[in-house]
Amino acid sequence: MTTLCVSDVSLGYGHRSVLSGVSLGDISDGAVIGVLGPNGAGKSTLLRAIAGLGSYTGGIVLDGRPVSQMSVARRARQVGYLPQDLPQATSLVAYEAVVSACRAVRPDYSMQDVNAAVEQVFDSLDIRDLAFRTLNQLSGGQRQLVGLAQVIVKRPTVLLLDEPTSSLDLRWQLGVFKTVRRIVGELSGVALIALHDINLAMRHCDGIALLSDGRLQAHGPPSKAMTGETLRQAYGIDGRIELCSQGVPIAIADGVVGTGRRAATEP
Amino acid sequence: MTSATQHRMLPPGKSDVPLAIGYRRFVHRRFIWLVALAVAVAVSIIVNVMTGPAGLSFSDVVQGLLRPSVLTPAEHVIIWDIRLPYAVMALVVGACLGLAGAEMQTVLNNPLASPSTLGVMYAATLGASLAIVFDLSVPLSLPENYIVPICAFIGAVASIGLIQILSRFYGATVDTVVLFGIALVFALQALVSLIQFVADSDSLQQIVFWTMGSVARATWEKIALIGGTLGVCLVFSLRQIWMMTALRGGENYAASFGVPVKRLRLVVLLRVSVLTAVAVAFTGVIGFVGLVGPHIARLAFGEDHRFYLPGSALAGAFILSGASIASKLLVPGILIPDGIVTALIGIPLFLALLLSQRRRPH
Repeated sequence: MTTLCVSDVSLGYGHRSVLSGVSLGDISDGAVIGVLGPNGAGKSTLLRAIAGLGSYTGGIVLDGRPVSQMSVARRARQVGYLPQDLPQATSLVAYEAVVSACRAVRPDYSMQDVNAAVEQVFDSLDIRDLAFRTLNQLSGGQRQLVGLAQVIVKRPTVLLLDEPTSSLDLRWQLGVFKTVRRIVGELSGVALIALHDINLAMRHCDGIALLSDGRLQAHGPPSKAMTGETLRQAYGIDGRIELCSQGVPIAIADGVVGTGRRAATEP
Repeated sequence: MTSATQHRMLPPGKSDVPLAIGYRRFVHRRFIWLVALAVAVAVSIIVNVMTGPAGLSFSDVVQGLLRPSVLTPAEHVIIWDIRLPYAVMALVVGACLGLAGAEMQTVLNNPLASPSTLGVMYAATLGASLAIVFDLSVPLSLPENYIVPICAFIGAVASIGLIQILSRFYGATVDTVVLFGIALVFALQALVSLIQFVADSDSLQQIVFWTMGSVARATWEKIALIGGTLGVCLVFSLRQIWMMTALRGGENYAASFGVPVKRLRLVVLLRVSVLTAVAVAFTGVIGFVGLVGPHIARLAFGEDHRFYLPGSALAGAFILSGASIASKLLVPGILIPDGIVTALIGIPLFLALLLSQRRRPH
């Protein structure tokens, strides 16, 4: 079983503070946490810090060991981080893009093992038809799926996905969550998924971490973390949470409150 | 139980044909193209040896290469002491520049990158110009034949060292490295022009000839040095093929897979500087090969670096080998510098290849 503990994490760029004292406590036992917040709230920065790709103060401990003290190779095997940007549109074939991701992390794998792992990941994401197309022949959404395949091919126990569904239509969005659920369940791992779609997060995540201006605004089960008040505080919108017929909470935005930076930057 | 074992225990894929089989076919096709290119390079060597004022047939050359004892003394000198070193020099220099260009384009994520982009060629020119104009063989106590190559080598390596120091000081992003490189190109061009301005007519002639680039001054000793360097660099390159392939998906992705991107870039640029420096130190400036060789390899082999890197080296070797043949044929009796021929003949061919690729539907 994987346990990730995030406590009092702060970091900044120069004099600008980006994250300030963020604590998510212990995340374990197949939990899928949605990281929400307006643009510039610090979602990507938090995921990068957990992935060991940025310096920070505070504690990020994975299975009893600080992430900052883990070797790059071990961290790369255990932690799968999907960046926000899409894989580059190069003439790399999708299959070999995934193979290279696996080989870069697991040089100990034989080519047979790698092929088996890649086959499985293309099946699990249902993207076999993309396998022999070059990345510059794929749409943005298809490249995002290949990027996800690169991350999950090594079967990491911690998944950190930065807006993994930003370029995908509804069918593929559901497919991504299904795959994440399955991997996290099989490996008893944990997943933190940065999202802009509040309803998608409330529907598919066990917990929500709502960030605003680098601070944790709310944290807990979707129905508790997301309220009209937290929507107002974090996003600057006049909104409410209602339960649909299946008892799933949905966020409804009625309008923008106030003026200023937050109101101007939000759609 | 390892993760790999767990994968094998998972349910099989939906399709009956495993992707690995399709991929194997894909890889075999590329391998065949790689072999075909290697054969083309080998044929170009034979044609290069055949070409020249003293007419030698294909069979004469093949027999002379396989059984040197059957050759007359004159033929032996022509093949083994004059034409073969010239042909092999073109091959190893072209391979060095092709490999250097490919690695540079990968780590700088820039298809316009080549050994001349970062000013390595111009730094070598500056070193060579200084050696020629100030006759540095006496103060440095170095052999006269080697003073120009040694100074060119020092200049080339120093340029990469300078870029590394500056870019590390200001943060080693790709853009920083490229920008420093471009700034260095202009600075070095100005310095070379200044040296040319103060040079006497003999020195000026030598500098101009050096900047045109030629493999005509080939000897087996130089070939061994360049070939040895190429072999060592190729071994180290092949050890990093998966990291470089992963890097083509994007720097952020590669970093998330555990690829030490900054260190990889540093190591590769140092290797590129050594490859370029050794190659141009003995030949002068040959700029086109390091840019176009990798493009041809990318069109033929894609960006799996298991094929792309050897493919770029072979493409570079083929271009320079072809150029050295053309340099003997264009004006009979006159050896036109290879640096001129590669650009004159290679660029139209490259553009034709590029345009035909664009017209091809996906």
